[in-house]
Amino acid sequence: MKVLVPVKRVVDYNVKVRVKSDQTGVDIANVKMSMNPFDEIAVEEATRLKEKGTVAEVVAVSCGVAQCQETLRTAMAIGADRGVLVQTDAELQPLAVAKLLKALVDKEQPQLVILGKQAIDDDANQTGQMLAALLDWPQATFASKVELADGKVTVTREVDGGLETLTLKLPAIVTTDLRLNEPRYVTLPNIMKAKKKQLDTVTPEELGVDAAPRLKTLKVSEPPARKAGIKVADVAALVDKLKNEAKVV
Amino acid sequence: MTTLVIAEHDNAQLKGATLNAVAAAAKIGGDVHVLVAGANARAVADQAAAAAGVAKVLLADAPQLADGLAENVAAQVLAVASNYSHILFPATASGKNVAPRVAAKLDVAQISDIIGVESADTFQRPIYAGNAIATVQSADAVKVITVRTTGFDAVAAQGGSATVEEIAAVADSGLSTFVGREVAKSDRPELAGARVVVSGGRGLGSAENFKILDPLADKLGAALGASRAAVDAGYAPNDWQVGQTGKIVAPQLYVAVGISGAIQHLAGMKDSKVIVAINKDAEAPIFGVADYGLVGDLFQVVPELTSAL
Repeated sequence: MKVLVPVKRVVDYNVKVRVKSDQTGVDIANVKMSMNPFDEIAVEEATRLKEKGTVAEVVAVSCGVAQCQETLRTAMAIGADRGVLVQTDAELQPLAVAKLLKALVDKEQPQLVILGKQAIDDDANQTGQMLAALLDWPQATFASKVELADGKVTVTREVDGGLETLTLKLPAIVTTDLRLNEPRYVTLPNIMKAKKKQLDTVTPEELGVDAAPRLKTLKVSEPPARKAGIKVADVAALVDKLKNEAKVV
Repeated sequence: MTTLVIAEHDNAQLKGATLNAVAAAAKIGGDVHVLVAGANARAVADQAAAAAGVAKVLLADAPQLADGLAENVAAQVLAVASNYSHILFPATASGKNVAPRVAAKLDVAQISDIIGVESADTFQRPIYAGNAIATVQSADAVKVITVRTTGFDAVAAQGGSATVEEIAAVADSGLSTFVGREVAKSDRPELAGARVVVSGGRGLGSAENFKILDPLADKLGAALGASRAAVDAGYAPNDWQVGQTGKIVAPQLYVAVGISGAIQHLAGMKDSKVIVAINKDAEAPIFGVADYGLVGDLFQVVPELTSAL
């Protein structure tokens, strides 16, 4: 069976972003970009399923600017067999991405799509669920365990208060949580091999998808700053502050 | 203009997060209705009807709605969606699971994790792990929204007198099946709604050492939390994780013990009223947000603090 893995190019998780002074957005010029961490977990899971022999082909997909090719090359260095870039310079919101992915699913006919649960830039946590809705496929979000057998996928999900397990009929959508797996480090030989793998480029127009943004961002501002705190000398001073100044105990 | 709030519940008890979502709905204006989709969930509907500001409760009661499967719950919401201008879910694991499915079916954008309402079509939400706040405007006919519970004070659980109307349940989609649930048992307050939270990080060193936080939490009536490092290392269960990808908390008092304060962790707790940090590294970033910082060995400080309270 074929697995499709969408990956997103985002500001690296270690970078502390700054809001632009004109409040039009955050400044991402000259900032280190990487693959969204949840998507790395998704590629790793697809690759492991392939190594187990239950999956025949892993196709990585990314939507966005030309530089997303680097993100796809990373996915191919982890283990994806080929890549597809839906190239556009326009702003893409989750609904648009879900529609682009649906068009690719219609074309590629995968049995399983594994996405990250959320991207660490817009923190939306929507695309997987939206894709499932557009395809009328079942979904298992926030997965910490995935097992494929007999035309079904059994997924353990991280929910508030613990874990729950679902069985979905294939084809299905799974979104990854942090503890699904530990993504492997890409090795130099695999980076070299990834350069030779197939990478196709299409546009939203070729897929017949209207990817126009639906939400208008009026402004982006700094969160309110906390006033500077103090360091106390010992436990007695701390207890005194909590009781008499903050009055929280 | 009428807003529908999707109730979070376990078929017996209405979850507090629902009351925060009702508060956000009240800020939008217009009537507020609550949908309870569950099995044998009449008690939940009665609790929702008693919440302040709720005008009507819709109850869809059927076995296929028992376990909150996204396919069935989304279909249930869609069955009544045409009557509403706004559809709100608490931004909990179940709200986040279902809301985008509803939005995509309605062909509208979804607005995630709002922390402020500026008007009926303009909302504030954090992006980049809370390092920026975006103000977004929706031109869609129906606004599908998830509400960050810590952004809105809960409405009173009592005092309302809404009517409960039973509606027809949708058929089972047959696409997914619930297998089972492992609920972590705890006598402590629920992390997301606790007045005081005591959290431990990698500095604790082991699951055994994590127990050093128990007496302190007992004394403060606190919920226990953890950083991702502590959870990944197996010191604490997954659902204790506070941060961008875990729970978002905003208690009166947050005590961070042995937590360095990575941006992803700060995203989950920096709206707490008072933050206390206990860490042996005076340069740890957690001291940048702490109101009161104590540099010292947690294995000495924590027992000392417990007995001093």
